[in-house]
Amino acid sequence: MTTDGRPNGHAGGNGEPPKPLHSPLGLLAELTHRCPLGCPYCSNPLEMDKRESELDAATWARVFREAAGLGVLQVHLSGGEPASRRDLVDITAAARDAGLYTNLITSGVGVTDRRLRELADAGLDHVQISIQDSEPKSADLIAGYEGAYVRKRALAIEVVALKLPLTVNIVIHRANISRVDELVAMALDMGASRVEIAHVQYYGWALKNRAALMPTRQQVEEAVGRIEPLRKQHHGRIVIDAVVPDYYARFPKPCVGGWGRRSLNVTPAGRVLPCHAAESIPGLEFWSVKEHSLREIWEHNPAFNAFRGTDFLPEPCQSCERRDIDFGGCRCQAFALTGDARATDPVCHLSPHHHVVEEQAAIREDAAYVYRRL
Amino acid sequence: MNTPAAAPSILPDARPRLPRGVRLVHNEAQGGWVLLAPERVFKADQIAAEVVKRCTGEASFAAIVDDLAATFAAPRERIEADVATLLRGLADKKLLEL
Repeated sequence: MTTDGRPNGHAGGNGEPPKPLHSPLGLLAELTHRCPLGCPYCSNPLEMDKRESELDAATWARVFREAAGLGVLQVHLSGGEPASRRDLVDITAAARDAGLYTNLITSGVGVTDRRLRELADAGLDHVQISIQDSEPKSADLIAGYEGAYVRKRALAIEVVALKLPLTVNIVIHRANISRVDELVAMALDMGASRVEIAHVQYYGWALKNRAALMPTRQQVEEAVGRIEPLRKQHHGRIVIDAVVPDYYARFPKPCVGGWGRRSLNVTPAGRVLPCHAAESIPGLEFWSVKEHSLREIWEHNPAFNAFRGTDFLPEPCQSCERRDIDFGGCRCQAFALTGDARATDPVCHLSPHHHVVEEQAAIREDAAYVYRRL
Repeated sequence: MNTPAAAPSILPDARPRLPRGVRLVHNEAQGGWVLLAPERVFKADQIAAEVVKRCTGEASFAAIVDDLAATFAAPRERIEADVATLLRGLADKKLLEL
């Protein structure tokens, strides 16, 4: 094992992990797929884990200890809506006991004031609340939940009152893309120290709703162009992080910092994935924390080694100067759009399949959302 | 206010501290000191770690600079400028309260 954190260029052959192997930094703990909201861009898979299959709190506690032993620093308690778990406070305390930085990623619906105080007492480090729009009616329509906006704003007040740092996450798409200024102003008004302006990534439910969510190129360029002026305007008051709209990008994103390189994801039922969408790629067998330790999985699960490093990449990636920057982009997107998970992410303008992205981005229909439901 | 100055000044009696949700930890697997913050991880080199460790909310900026100048036997003005730049940068990222 390396301890120096240097980037690692090449995968080893025959399914063995490349040496030296990175330590993962972050663990996305999907505690449940249950959620009161129905956001049409949800990144959860279409086939979700049922309540009966969810890991119990003791197993999560073991997973957190194993994660810390592997070098993980931060755990993102997510879902679904993590507050749908009655034992959320115990789970959070266990993560903190393992020495992890604990981040609650919540819809804001279902966290009572009392539970929030218990979470703060348990050592919760940070809260991220998603909010769908700065216009209440539009926000509730996107969430598929009447009154969601008001409840989210109310929870934010409690978070700030407890002096917990707050991030507001806003997913951007055709219905709200014209309001980037208002959305950042809303986050400031909510007392957030950080706001994420995250353009929809088309996986899971978002892929299903792509035509209803897709903005035009002009809308995207205007929205992206607002970020730098807003950063200057609010410098020192709020951190603005942006997730770029990759269908209109020139280069692909270095998805999750590279497959099996920086982060891992544990599903509600305990399967361990390199990213939340990885199960959309057929032919990969993902091991479960019920049968293996996290270290065994990180180092030896063939699914983690399938796209580690860059040796598997075809041209134009192989000779590209960006090969070790973006690792050929996202494997799930490559599969979704080309049928080949080893292909160059077609978001890249150098991909021979780039026309597919352009064609899909041109399809926009004002159809009703297909809400995410368990 | 909106434009970070080249040589930021910090009041001598300011008492810098890490806000809730920002923690400095040592982690072997990640190669040393890291500053943990909301959805972000920053590697801290030895010097930055020495500075941040002293930002307890108790010590004043002037006392921190004095301490570092003594510990590292370095000119005070130089230390003051370097530490002010570091702390102002952290504060702008919401990683430090001044």
